[in-house]
Amino acid sequence: MLAQQLVNGVFLGATYALFALGFTLMFGVLRVINLTYGFYFTAGAFLALLLTKSLGWPIAAVLPAAAVLSGVIAVLVDWLLLTRLRRVGAPELASLMVTLGAVLALYAAMTSWLGPDIKRFPPGLISAQAIEIGMVRVTMPQLLILGVTVLLVGGLVALMRLSRLGLAIRAMAERPDVAGLMGIDTGRTAAFVSFVSGSLAGAGGVLIGLNFNAIQPFMGESMMLRGFVVVIVGGLGDIRGAVIAGLLLGIVEVLTAGYVASGLKEAVAFAILVAVLWTRPAGLFGRAAVRRA
Amino acid sequence: MKRRYLAACAAAVLAFAPGAYAQVQVGAVEILSGPAAAYGIAIKAGLDLALDTINQKGVLGGQKIVLTVEDSAGNKDQAINAARKLIGRDKVVAIIGPTLSNEMFAVGPVTNERKVPTVGTSTTAAGITDIGPYIFRTSLPESDVVPVTFKKAQSRGVKTIALMYANDDAFSKSGFDVMKESAEKLGLKIVTIETFGSKDTDFSAQLTKIKGLKPDAIGISALVEPVSGVVLQARSLGIGKETLLVGGNGSNSPKLGEIAGAAADGMIVGSPWFIAKPDAKNTAFVEAFRKKFNKDPDQFAAQAFDTMFIVADAINRAGAADTEKVTAALGSTKFDGVMGPFNFTAHRDPGSNEGVVVLEMQAGKFGVAK
Repeated sequence: MLAQQLVNGVFLGATYALFALGFTLMFGVLRVINLTYGFYFTAGAFLALLLTKSLGWPIAAVLPAAAVLSGVIAVLVDWLLLTRLRRVGAPELASLMVTLGAVLALYAAMTSWLGPDIKRFPPGLISAQAIEIGMVRVTMPQLLILGVTVLLVGGLVALMRLSRLGLAIRAMAERPDVAGLMGIDTGRTAAFVSFVSGSLAGAGGVLIGLNFNAIQPFMGESMMLRGFVVVIVGGLGDIRGAVIAGLLLGIVEVLTAGYVASGLKEAVAFAILVAVLWTRPAGLFGRAAVRRA
Repeated sequence: MKRRYLAACAAAVLAFAPGAYAQVQVGAVEILSGPAAAYGIAIKAGLDLALDTINQKGVLGGQKIVLTVEDSAGNKDQAINAARKLIGRDKVVAIIGPTLSNEMFAVGPVTNERKVPTVGTSTTAAGITDIGPYIFRTSLPESDVVPVTFKKAQSRGVKTIALMYANDDAFSKSGFDVMKESAEKLGLKIVTIETFGSKDTDFSAQLTKIKGLKPDAIGISALVEPVSGVVLQARSLGIGKETLLVGGNGSNSPKLGEIAGAAADGMIVGSPWFIAKPDAKNTAFVEAFRKKFNKDPDQFAAQAFDTMFIVADAINRAGAADTEKVTAALGSTKFDGVMGPFNFTAHRDPGSNEGVVVLEMQAGKFGVAK
């Protein structure tokens, strides 16, 4: 049973990590606690649902398409909400409140349009057959989540470390004003970061919706709280940190529910958040005042 | 005193007047607009359909019942105003509704004080009839439905059971309390009690633990969305048909089949009513409802349909359109409707759960359990 519980924890952790990837990027580089992130997650799942139901696309086509479309939505929403605030140099609290208001408006509009009830992908979209390896059972959606998360993390790290664009993003994360002076088009770079993180959110929405069969407008909101924990514990903008923190959170939750009491899993998870920030205010892997993208 | 005098005058006049002019006023307060309007609209449809039959013969020797349905919009204040309007303006002899238990807790004290009998058709919360001696309900509380389901489980050889419920929702928790009590009464061994949040999507830890304990059955009390999630994950973790899944009131929704699909097959759920219940009264009701409204009736329409008959029958037996007499007559109701045999307990709750049907999911749809 312990083996299965650990596997449960790893997969749950992978969903947290997948959700947090784009969030930590946006957070770390654009320095905005952008609460609309949860909406891109919801949007990805609904776009994928639309594509499968109306066009009958397979998952291999739906996933990238929904991700790209969510990225475009993210660029548009960010541009609408935040360009002006950035130009006038509004304080962080203002942009926080703007995104909070916007995301609630978006969720509510979506609920009144599509209804609050849960939808799911057509059962045939991906095999529901569980695979048995020794004592442990895993499903295709779980393996897909794990695989895609590994690929995305690898791709993201490569983008950041090896490409010129990555260099520009890191420079902007460090000092946006200086990056601008060095000839980096900060507006375009910001839009690119919005696009990448929106796409990551959209991909997360598709895969997590596929795994849990629970697509509804507020699905992003319920992930947001865990997303915050992962991003903060992992260190702002720290991709590796987000992955490790996500896995940790998943495993702790599952082990608490499995061996202590299911009613205590949130209590333990959030107590860890408090404990980590208490002892290491910059996150588990963060060094104070250093932003790593 | 004055009222009685007026009533006597009215009766005297009526004795000579042709029946067509005489009318009995009955009111209803239901949610006809807003997000929960589906319930009130179903209830109104059930009441209207019953009224068609009742008014063919009329009550009290040929008087027609005039039903005034006021919209509460699911709002307690609006519900209270609606009830006041029905009592003051329309001088109703009885009020049917309101739709939600919350609304009844607001409206009940008002109508009870005015001594107007009030009959809830969809209010299942505990404590409704404690409001006062004029408050009745015809809807079976969950505490009457779950024991029937559990008995069915026991008759299939279930001896041990694991219970799961959403611990952040009053409805799920009260359903769980009933499940626990029923299991204890029947002597089922509860191997574990697991909780989750009603917005949770991952239940793998709890289900893995339950799988290790190998219970004969798993009882789940939550709304249909998390229940569907639990069922799907149970199957993917390898909990098969040898473990009987037992749902509470929340699982009694076609959504279960829509979300969980074939994974929910074999799950049993108790219901006060079922559209395909094969008795003659019910089939006639379903057919008439489809003909009049061009859609299938639901449980709320069925409960309202019976309630309209129960109220009309009480007015008839009261012998006059008088609130006190109707209240007394309601108390001695003996009625056989689409929900099964019906009478009120001394505490004005439904007196029998004989009408409860245990349903079983088959190929993503509910059927009557064998």
